[in-house]
Amino acid sequence: MSKVETQAQPSQPVKLRPGNIQLDPQGKLRHFLAIEGLPKTVLTQILDTAEIFTASEEKKFELLKGHTIANLFFEPSTRTRTTFELAAKRLSADVLNINISASSSSKGETLLDMLRNLEAMHVDMFVVRHGSSGAAHFIANHVPPHVSVLNAGDGSHEHPTQAMLDMFTIRQHKPDFPSLRVAIVGDLMHSRVARSQIHALNTLGVGELRVIAPKTLLPAGIEKMGVQVYQDIDAGIKDVDVIIMLRLQRERMHGAFIPSEQEYFKLYGMTETRLALAKPDVIIMHPGPINRGVEMDSAVADGNHSVILQQVSNGITVRMAAMAMAMRNPDGSSAS
Amino acid sequence: MSRIHIKGGHLIDPANNVDAVTDLWIADGKIQAIGKAPEGFTADQTINADQQIVCPGLIDLSARIREPGQVHKASIASETTAAAKAGITTLVCPPDTDPVIDSPAIVELIHLKAREADMSRLHMLGALTRNLDGELISEMHSLKNAGVLGMSNANKPVPNSLVLRRAFEYAATHNLTVFIRPDDIGLSNKGCVHEGALASRLGLPGIPEAAETVAVARHLELIEQTGVRAHFSQLSAARAANMIARARHDGLKVTADVAVHHLYLTDIDIRDYNSACHLIPPLRSERDRDGLRNAVKLGVIDAICSDHQPHEPDAKQAPFPDTEPGLSGLDTLLPLVKRLADENLLTLSHAIDCVTRLPANILGLDLGHLSVGAVADVCLFDPNMSWLVSSGNLHSAGHNTPFMGWEMHGRASSTLINGQLIFSSDND
Repeated sequence: MSKVETQAQPSQPVKLRPGNIQLDPQGKLRHFLAIEGLPKTVLTQILDTAEIFTASEEKKFELLKGHTIANLFFEPSTRTRTTFELAAKRLSADVLNINISASSSSKGETLLDMLRNLEAMHVDMFVVRHGSSGAAHFIANHVPPHVSVLNAGDGSHEHPTQAMLDMFTIRQHKPDFPSLRVAIVGDLMHSRVARSQIHALNTLGVGELRVIAPKTLLPAGIEKMGVQVYQDIDAGIKDVDVIIMLRLQRERMHGAFIPSEQEYFKLYGMTETRLALAKPDVIIMHPGPINRGVEMDSAVADGNHSVILQQVSNGITVRMAAMAMAMRNPDGSSAS
Repeated sequence: MSRIHIKGGHLIDPANNVDAVTDLWIADGKIQAIGKAPEGFTADQTINADQQIVCPGLIDLSARIREPGQVHKASIASETTAAAKAGITTLVCPPDTDPVIDSPAIVELIHLKAREADMSRLHMLGALTRNLDGELISEMHSLKNAGVLGMSNANKPVPNSLVLRRAFEYAATHNLTVFIRPDDIGLSNKGCVHEGALASRLGLPGIPEAAETVAVARHLELIEQTGVRAHFSQLSAARAANMIARARHDGLKVTADVAVHHLYLTDIDIRDYNSACHLIPPLRSERDRDGLRNAVKLGVIDAICSDHQPHEPDAKQAPFPDTEPGLSGLDTLLPLVKRLADENLLTLSHAIDCVTRLPANILGLDLGHLSVGAVADVCLFDPNMSWLVSSGNLHSAGHNTPFMGWEMHGRASSTLINGQLIFSSDND
């Protein structure tokens, strides 16, 4: 060790990590990994762009012609993958669907090796679903400047396109976010959808945001995310404009987090009687697929307050908007 | 054996309350005199220690050396050499090698490799239970005869309290210290970060503070009942340190250490999934960090270790929960401990005590002091030398450190083991 190193050094700790990898230097959407960290202008732009696609008579656009999008699904998914595929095709992109089961990815090929291989095939955008939180961030940190990454759900972290299609659906019915009182009900502990919704609703300036669940399904410190916490659903949904029910995974129903689905439905299930506590024009949402009789009655799921099927249709145009905005040219500049 | 004169250094030897500029005279592997030369002493070698701190060689209570079993990460040769270059003269390796240190043959193998490397001393803890499975107690007597310094189940808690009780009783029978990394496996539940607002925001499975405090309470009860000599390793929660303070106040003789990074970093340093901060036990809150610092200051936490866990780059290149936990800590132990004095938390003498005499006492080794007649394991370092942590600067085979890019002050310039100069920055 020579003592040449004894010189003035930068003050510490040196920040090796970029500030916001989701935005390019012009402030445009670069990767879509999480709602957290995106400004209101970008979220509004996604909604406005989706609006244009929705309002258009055309079904197909040539915006992403010549671009290749790879759907990289490390977790099984039917609906999300299908809507991403449909969105890509409506933008005239070439689509590659790659389903990687846990067993094949554990055969030694690392995630980075797999990405390098796909990049060599000139993929321009990765749509990623992965069971580990932070997977989309990890991939975004390792792709070249002309490749962008869309998070289609990472662990219990975020599912930003799902949240944006929910915002789009809310805006169709109730466009004035500051006047809204919104309640999210159910398994917030494990839900990536809920985290994205919380960030989106707060960024869009919702008037009041409540979360409702037993303590076993609430993550530690959730009150620091800008929500009011309720354990009692009847108090929690009083006078709300929007109710978002979360899906409860089967494996969490039998004694691990709640004693039984019967008791859960009794305490947190949405019924017509309960719904009457909310505002008369309340809308009820669910990211699907619904466990009927666990999260809500069929009468509510299929009733006139439900906007669940609209959420599904909106999923396509919102994903088209995100894809069109994040796509890059070969030189790394925004393609939109 | 060479005869060495260490000239004009600032000698800090907490065990003997020495804190002064003076000379050190070494021959036959031992300290011969402090201050004036012994009668007729002729040095073969004089080390100019002007502007240098001269202190006992550092003793690191927890360093994985990855051999046997994971030589793609590091080896006994690479890590004992890295330790020597970092001023650490004694390393203690937990028993979770592959195979596990639960038979005298493995102890022999590791000793043999360490002798071949001929750098820093390498000691071991033996497995408290066979294969660390937490079911059957290990052959502690044979392991002790083979040279282990204590027993530990490393990062694998013993779930059955009856097995734990018997293991403690058997260790007490053989006058062995048990080293406990307190963790309740049910509560930590495959978590990878501190349970709190950050974990919730990042959607990462959390390890609650109670995973540590519940385990501390359970172990304290069995320590009291069995009378075993016990040491708590790598505390991460301030409340755990408070529990140990209370137990000591009630007369229980237990000791504790903390990994030095827990005195600097918190879960906030994970930011957007920085896998270099994926550590077990996890980085906790600011309150925990400050509480641990205070516990070191008050002497509730006796020793400071590196909890060194070197990895190959691939181990940290994956989505955060899928990366391997642990950091490479040998290179930064000395400057980070010294920094506690720079920040006025501890006197420099107390800081050095935490990595010399105090860990030696915990291990029952007659090391960590520079008394006349003592084994001459000595570290010399320039307290003002600043260096930037970078891949090119690290001696360990593992470059997985969250301190990458930090400016450090202080680095070993010479290291002596058994009175032999085994490292000098002039020749490096």
